[in-house]
Amino acid sequence: MAGAASRTTNPILLLLIGGVVAFVVAARRTAAPWSRSLVVFLRLGLVVIVLRVVLVVVFGNRLPGHVLFTLPQVPLPSWARGVSIGGPVTVEALVQAVVQGLRLAVVLLCFGAANSLASPYRLLRCLPAVLYEAGVAITVALAFAPELVVSIGAVRDARRLRGRPVRGFAGLRGMAVPVLESAFDRSLQLASSMDARGYGRRVPVSAGARRWATGGTAVGLLLVIGGVYGVLVSGSLPGGGIPFVAVGAVLVGVGLAAGGRRTNRTRYRPDPWGWPEWVVGASGAVAVGCLIAAGVLGVAGLQFSVYPLGLPTLPLLAAAGILVGLLPAWAAPVERRTAAPARTRPPRAPGGPERGRTATPAADSADVPPERPVPPSSLPVPTSPKRPAVTPADAPVGRIEGRVA
Amino acid sequence: MIRFEQVTFTYDGADLPTLDRVDLAVGEGELCVVVGPTGSGKTTLLRAVNGLVPYFTGGRLSGEVVVDGRSTRDYPPRELADVVGMVGQNPAASFVTESVEDELAYTMENLGIEPAVMRRRIEDTLDLLGLHELRHRPLATLSGGQQQRVAIGAVLTASPRVLVLDEPTSALDPAAAEEVLASLTRLVHDLGLTVLLAEHRLERVLPFADTMVLVPGRGSPLVVGTAAEVMVDSPVAPPLVELGRLAGWAPLPLSVRDARRQAGALRLRLAGARPATRDAVAGAPLATLDSVTVRYDEVTALDAVSLAFGAGEVVAVMGRNGSGKSTLLAQVAGVRPPASGTVRLDGVDPVGLGPRDLVAKVGLVPQDAGVLLYGESVGEECASADHDTGLPPGTTAAVLERVLPGLDPDRHPRDLSEGQRLAVVLAVVLAPAPPLLLLDEPTRGLDYPGKARLVRLLTELADAGHGVVVATHDVELVAQVATRAVVLAEGEVVGDGPARAVVCHSPVFAPQVAKVLSPDPWLTVDEVRTALLGEPVRG
Repeated sequence: MAGAASRTTNPILLLLIGGVVAFVVAARRTAAPWSRSLVVFLRLGLVVIVLRVVLVVVFGNRLPGHVLFTLPQVPLPSWARGVSIGGPVTVEALVQAVVQGLRLAVVLLCFGAANSLASPYRLLRCLPAVLYEAGVAITVALAFAPELVVSIGAVRDARRLRGRPVRGFAGLRGMAVPVLESAFDRSLQLASSMDARGYGRRVPVSAGARRWATGGTAVGLLLVIGGVYGVLVSGSLPGGGIPFVAVGAVLVGVGLAAGGRRTNRTRYRPDPWGWPEWVVGASGAVAVGCLIAAGVLGVAGLQFSVYPLGLPTLPLLAAAGILVGLLPAWAAPVERRTAAPARTRPPRAPGGPERGRTATPAADSADVPPERPVPPSSLPVPTSPKRPAVTPADAPVGRIEGRVA
Repeated sequence: MIRFEQVTFTYDGADLPTLDRVDLAVGEGELCVVVGPTGSGKTTLLRAVNGLVPYFTGGRLSGEVVVDGRSTRDYPPRELADVVGMVGQNPAASFVTESVEDELAYTMENLGIEPAVMRRRIEDTLDLLGLHELRHRPLATLSGGQQQRVAIGAVLTASPRVLVLDEPTSALDPAAAEEVLASLTRLVHDLGLTVLLAEHRLERVLPFADTMVLVPGRGSPLVVGTAAEVMVDSPVAPPLVELGRLAGWAPLPLSVRDARRQAGALRLRLAGARPATRDAVAGAPLATLDSVTVRYDEVTALDAVSLAFGAGEVVAVMGRNGSGKSTLLAQVAGVRPPASGTVRLDGVDPVGLGPRDLVAKVGLVPQDAGVLLYGESVGEECASADHDTGLPPGTTAAVLERVLPGLDPDRHPRDLSEGQRLAVVLAVVLAPAPPLLLLDEPTRGLDYPGKARLVRLLTELADAGHGVVVATHDVELVAQVATRAVVLAEGEVVGDGPARAVVCHSPVFAPQVAKVLSPDPWLTVDEVRTALLGEPVRG
């Protein structure tokens, strides 16, 4: 979905994507604490839009058109030529700013959604053994964000109890240290607990095999990341980057297989990859595919233009593709434990026996094989774990630069 | 099974070793309880068993720790995971996965155990610890007792030979603690597991202990022996042992049952005497709750609760884990608004008060008192508390001097013991002289001397006209300090009355002395002592 969002500037399509993502999350949210991160990302997105508009108003994006109002222009020294402060502000510039902000916001929303639906712990379980050190680092980092949200609440309460300001700049500054400190502590505890429970035990293998495994995986990963960049930014790599992804994937596969021999981890009731998982993955791919296809076919309306100013049109192919993304709301495997209600303060919850019933009618009706108690992580966003690193940074930045130049 | 040979351990930057030439041997199938004052090195001793000390803490360890023939010198913690199961002080912080079943499987996955074997062991463990009802629940939604049992189960599935537990019952209500200890005893008896556990609330674990290790702290040598031997002159002793010492019983009773069999003579001596009750005059109400309901999403934490807390009384709020005690205190302190009903603190709604006005009316010491401290030193904490609340400089430091004299103001709050940290938080909270003081589980991690100090302070405060509300599982604390007890269950008030009447008639909340001397309403050793010394000794 994030991939789809970075491919269009049509505000209707963007809002559609946002709506689809929010709907899927609402339908498949669990009781876990991290499921609230969508709201956080939503706020972040709004901030991005506002920031973008303010920047355009102040620094000016000199698009000719209907002048809305004029700010006093600040003369700048000659070395700062090309940058201007103040000046006429046009409707076109504002609309463009909102639309571009919206695109970044929707991309952010997609990450928020991925975060609220998949737990960082579960991602770690899926990591192959050869990447174990990196895996620990990634999980600790991933766990950091949701833990941060939880501990901000705790620190706010604590500060109020000490008679300290909780709002404004003073409040923010005073909260930063304890929040980071507690999140850091939590991560350290997690690491020591994992070690005490045998994470990272290994069997001896030859140094050569180890080097091969690590090297192959690293090179492969680089290729995949480069390739994904190519897919997202049209025209930056020959062949749209797809050959890179393919070669990289093979290398990663070989590397992981070789590295996997070093550990003798086993998996308890592994997450099966059944048809619901295929549907989830495919629906995301269809959404991206439709937008790419629309772009290649030159369907009008995919790129929203402020000339002439007017309501954007709705390209049907792209819209249909995005709507396919709704499928995971029904198709994604239901967490068996839906019986436990969502809570804002989980640890103090009562443990009445009536909550112990776990096999719910909801779970059974969703066609989940009954012998499978713990369904896989439902990642309705078809981003691979590596893709997030590229997406938010690349598309919008490219746009802004293009404008200024 | 566990052998310490001349183990000396010094933390980085510390002058004195935490463990000094420790020799210790724990045999197979023993349940060994480690006791000692706070900060004496109990946790360090436990964590040295599987090598978390020094692999994760840094510092210098000399000598050798050998578990099941493996020395921690050669095996890092992860290589000992199949021999030692380690359950830390805060089970929630040690969870790696998100659901009960995944958590139970985690260690086995790391050990590379066959899926079929894993499946069978998990079913066994679920039954052994009574967790089968919870198997698919997310860990975050479990109560404290359930989390503790899951944490034990999670290390048990690897079928370790040794189980190490750090304060397994400190966060639990009396019933849940019994449940956990019963599970442990069963493991020792049925599976021949060696259990090493540290605990402050001796009254809970003493009946189950085979051997006992006393860590006196400050480098003094360990005292090792059977529970009865060690208890004879241990500086930390549960009320039962204190009563036994007072009455001159030998051997010292370790369980209420032992004590009752010896208590006939004592009961005769006490016949006719009545405990001196402190006058519980509830003054003007400081805070009132009127049919307050609080919901966390679909869970009702408080259900139409109406209560009033008056000046001069010490109210104990008791109830199971998750019965709404903390929520009740948070409501009075205006941490968040109720779903319905009204809270009035000194006539106003506490939610609307600014931070500075709030702390002048009510002080809340939260469950984990440390969250209120984030300065670099004790002195800085005191100074910033004066600054925040607009008090003349030095006020908080003066209060701290009264609460705990002689605490070095240069020390970092993190390095303090649990009791010292509580004292600093109390000083910070008490400095603006709030008429109402709320404490949430203040005795967690507190040793007996620390507890006695707290009891004295709270009694003084109440006598000076403050209202005190304590939410606690610690029935001995309730017995010593409370004038009134409120019992919550599932968010409703199910009992409210004079503390003596409420706790004496409850099988769960009765303190040890009351259990031994029932049906006479004695609650504490001090009451018995006063009564005995007050009248002529009859032989």
